[in-house]
Amino acid sequence: MRLSYPTNVKIVKVPCTGRVDILLILKAFESGVDGVYLAGCLEGECHFLRGNLRAKKRVQYVKTLLDEVGLGAGRVEIYNMSSAQGQRFSEVAREMTEKIRALGPSPAKKKVRA
Amino acid sequence: MIVANRKTLEEILTMLKPYKKILLLGCNECVTVCATGGEREVGVLASEIKLSRAKEGQEIEVREQTLERQCDHEYIDQVRPFVGDYEAILSIACGAGIQYVAEKYRNKVVLPGVNTTFLGVTLEQGVWSERCQGCGECVLHLTGGVCPIARCAKSLLNGPCGGSSNGKCEVDKELECAWQLIVDRLKELNQMDKYEEIIPIKDWTTSRDGGPRKRIREDLRL
Amino acid sequence: MKTKSNIERILESGQLVVTSECGPPRGADAEVIKKKGKLLQGVVDAVNVTDNQTSVVRMSSLSACLILKEMGFDPILQMVCRDRNRIAIQSDILGAAALGINNILCLTGDHQKFGDHPKAKNVFDMDSIQMIHTVKTMRDEGKFLGGEEIKGKPILFIGAAENPFADPFEIRAARLGKKAKAGVQFLQTQCIYNMARFEKWMEMVRDRGLHERVGILAGVTPFKSVGMARYMKNSVPGMDVPDEMIERLKGVAKEKQSEEGIRICVETIQKLKQIPGVRGIHIMAIEWEEKVREIAEAAGLLPRPELA
Ligand code: SF4
Ligand code: SF4
Repeated sequence: MRLSYPTNVKIVKVPCTGRVDILLILKAFESGVDGVYLAGCLEGECHFLRGNLRAKKRVQYVKTLLDEVGLGAGRVEIYNMSSAQGQRFSEVAREMTEKIRALGPSPAKKKVRA
Repeated sequence: MIVANRKTLEEILTMLKPYKKILLLGCNECVTVCATGGEREVGVLASEIKLSRAKEGQEIEVREQTLERQCDHEYIDQVRPFVGDYEAILSIACGAGIQYVAEKYRNKVVLPGVNTTFLGVTLEQGVWSERCQGCGECVLHLTGGVCPIARCAKSLLNGPCGGSSNGKCEVDKELECAWQLIVDRLKELNQMDKYEEIIPIKDWTTSRDGGPRKRIREDLRL
Repeated sequence: MKTKSNIERILESGQLVVTSECGPPRGADAEVIKKKGKLLQGVVDAVNVTDNQTSVVRMSSLSACLILKEMGFDPILQMVCRDRNRIAIQSDILGAAALGINNILCLTGDHQKFGDHPKAKNVFDMDSIQMIHTVKTMRDEGKFLGGEEIKGKPILFIGAAENPFADPFEIRAARLGKKAKAGVQFLQTQCIYNMARFEKWMEMVRDRGLHERVGILAGVTPFKSVGMARYMKNSVPGMDVPDEMIERLKGVAKEKQSEEGIRICVETIQKLKQIPGVRGIHIMAIEWEEKVREIAEAAGLLPRPELA
């Protein structure tokens, strides 16, 4: 099964979404990305039991930080899928890409580069 | 521990307006435990500041540093080699730490990134609650181990006011009435006779009312 | 130490004391006090003057006391711990006595959060029990809290308030015991609606013999409407309004509710008069002073005894 997903999506592999720290997400924005999303296992199916649930809470917290900063909470999301759902993976990649495109480039990136 | 709350980003950005190079100082003690001013929070705040500035098309250099303690000069000294490179120091330690940094680097502007609030405990993960006001003359032995100074909204020493209702304080239905807690505990301890004694009017000289306080242990001095 | 207080004299004569209260205005107009005073003339033995009640800024209690004093009343200076430290409290005690005020009511005071200046810093240098002790020390020992001698002792009859409906209930009588020990001479209670609980409290008070040491005046407040009853039940801290009272008010037509409220109040007074240890009635008709006479009349509290 060879499914395509938008080339603008850069994948960072982690052993578990539970590994994704708030700072990691913020650093990504600092480095100039327009959006970040986490692709975690289905709820209830975390290999480390609660990793994806923790990640979900952190994403919520980062949303509040992004709102506070003024980048907008919509630039970060978490999606759940199993490793067998290749179809869903590419759908989500497209969905998120569209969402971020609608939001436009990160205001933080745009001005720094200018 | 000393509990503090982060100031809003907006307030912090306003304070930082004139500066392009700042040193952001956290502390590894209380404010780390209450998740306000530790290494993580230093990282998060630095990130927020940089992103906000970037959004405005302005750059800012934020050096992140978290000291073991900001209330001891040997740790504050650790930033001496490079403090001169920065226009201002933003500290997110408690009010004591912030001031001590200011005292040590007299020609630097030192800005508070937090509001220091109380001496308290961790009730559960993410919830802290006030316990002591540092009145300088502890009465916990008379009040079943519950502080009437810090925990009663009126600091009453001889029993509950007329507003105590169903265990809650008149000030807020979410707030426990300290005197209900005291009476409950005295009963548990079989010490209700303590309640009958009038606690005399307090000597506040040991508290902040006597002016700023100092403690000296002569035997420990060098 | 004998004072010139009407309350003291009437308590001593064994008759029932009747007091009421007068809330000073939110302004400097003395006429407001005089008007309220007129409504109470010949109806009460002494009149409480509230001290920035519910933490809302009003004309000072001491000034309003003096206005009433000049009208021939025996005012009761209410003083709360919220706004004064021991320096101001002792100073006001001396001032009140110098102006011929005979009674003081020592109160903790509502938290400033409820008032019009919630951002204020509160004081609470002492609590109400310590304030009672302060007045007593000044009067009987002629000493300031600091130990220095007072030249010209303040001769005041000392009162306090107690709320039998606040929690923890089991220590409410013990708390009055502490007040008695500190030197309180008369006591006014919070408005009584829950008679069963009040009787229970009085029983505890009598068990400790406190009714013999302190003149207990039972507090009543007439309802103007079912809305007011509901408000008191739900929004006033430490107020105990039983549901059946609300039902009773709800049961009558809107325009008859205030009449019903007065009727309830009169019935309550009649019951209170029967309770051993109740030595007087304190009628708090909040912004409804014109009804105090009617209530006192109907409850058989008039005429008031003539005092020389
Ligand atoms: S009595 Fe004083 S020292 Fe003791 S806990 Fe309370 S505020 Fe702290
Ligand atoms: S309700 Fe309890 S805690 Fe609150 S002010 Fe009164 S006595 Fe203090």
